[in-house]
Amino acid sequence: MIDRDLPVTEGELHAYVDGELASDRKPAVEAWLASHPDDLARVNAWRSLADAIRSRYGAVATEPVPARLSLRQIEWAGRSWRGMAAAATVAAFLAGGVAGWVARTIAVPAPPAATPMTDALDAYSVYVVEVRHPVEVPANEQAHLAQWLSKRVGYELRIPDLQPVGLKLVGGRLLPGPSGEAAAFFMYESGSGERFTLYSTRNKAPDSAVRTDWKGHVGALYWSERNIAYVVSGEATGARLRKVAETVYAQVGR
Amino acid sequence: MSSFRSGVEAAIPALRRYARALTRDAETADDLVQDTLVRALRSEHLFHGGDVRSWLYTILTNLNRNRLRSLARRPVMTLLGDDDAPDMSGPEAGSRDIERALASLVEEQRAALLLVVLEGLTYREVAEVQGVPVGTVMSRLARARAQIRGFLDGERPALRRVK
Repeated sequence: MIDRDLPVTEGELHAYVDGELASDRKPAVEAWLASHPDDLARVNAWRSLADAIRSRYGAVATEPVPARLSLRQIEWAGRSWRGMAAAATVAAFLAGGVAGWVARTIAVPAPPAATPMTDALDAYSVYVVEVRHPVEVPANEQAHLAQWLSKRVGYELRIPDLQPVGLKLVGGRLLPGPSGEAAAFFMYESGSGERFTLYSTRNKAPDSAVRTDWKGHVGALYWSERNIAYVVSGEATGARLRKVAETVYAQVGR
Repeated sequence: MSSFRSGVEAAIPALRRYARALTRDAETADDLVQDTLVRALRSEHLFHGGDVRSWLYTILTNLNRNRLRSLARRPVMTLLGDDDAPDMSGPEAGSRDIERALASLVEEQRAALLLVVLEGLTYREVAEVQGVPVGTVMSRLARARAQIRGFLDGERPALRRVK
């Protein structure tokens, strides 16, 4: 038992506490601690320090992860709202090496000729002023609304919950899309009467970066994912519109 | 979902825990995690197998070091309120002691200690994260523990008197 006779080093005491000690040295360390109360006190202090750190911070890992740290949200932010067209941005993205779909976007720099943006903005202008009949199917028939419009547009629509940004669903309606297919149109309203709409239709254009368009004070954010186009419109500041669109994005698609 | 992506996703809660203890501030910690994830997704092509989790700890540890360096160039902001609060006993006082004790460490020691006791990394993994030999990790741990013990035993009353 040569090992037992070797003096125990401080490094071994740490390794003992951290479960890193070679098992054949364990008896030696334990024997040493039994006859060295100062070292035993240190080892115990290290252990209670570790317990204190774990009890102070351990629970953080069981907290719900905030939305801004979800990978979808992070990719969304990476899509760059501000000037994908700007050469500097493109260069930076290329230099940084990007997630696949952003790279695809850059590889197809020309915007698709027709986007549903215009249709969505027109629909916004037409229906948002409607007081009595802004929608065909009201929010209290939400399940039916989702089912009906999903059937008409030909893909599963998830009606996003925009309560986190202070908007309640008013309802939805069916609209003609830009190239003859059906489009789904949802309206949301805040307590102060601010209205936003979500427009969605099939789209042959490749996945795109987010584009912004303004018609007077009404802004529209457009993106396309897996051949489905989404347009969020509203009369609001760019920041507010973007916040609403992010909340939509986090819930639709995939 | 790729295994890379799901590996990253699964590590998020632990990254938040590590970042919270490293910075002792919830907002700063989540900012760090966010920056870590952005960088990780953008650099997927640089990841050649191995343990995704260790790689993420490495990114976060480096980003925090950069953050502290840039903070060091700015004037120091002192939070008066915290120290003026009356001393408490019970668990709350204990958790504050832990925060202060961690704050008293130099960054490399704090990271080494937290990676071992909170995140359960082996000495070898910590050595990879910090880019140093295992022996250096062990001496960082030893110094961290000695410093904290001194802090909790003796220096606390002295700090109180300073105010």
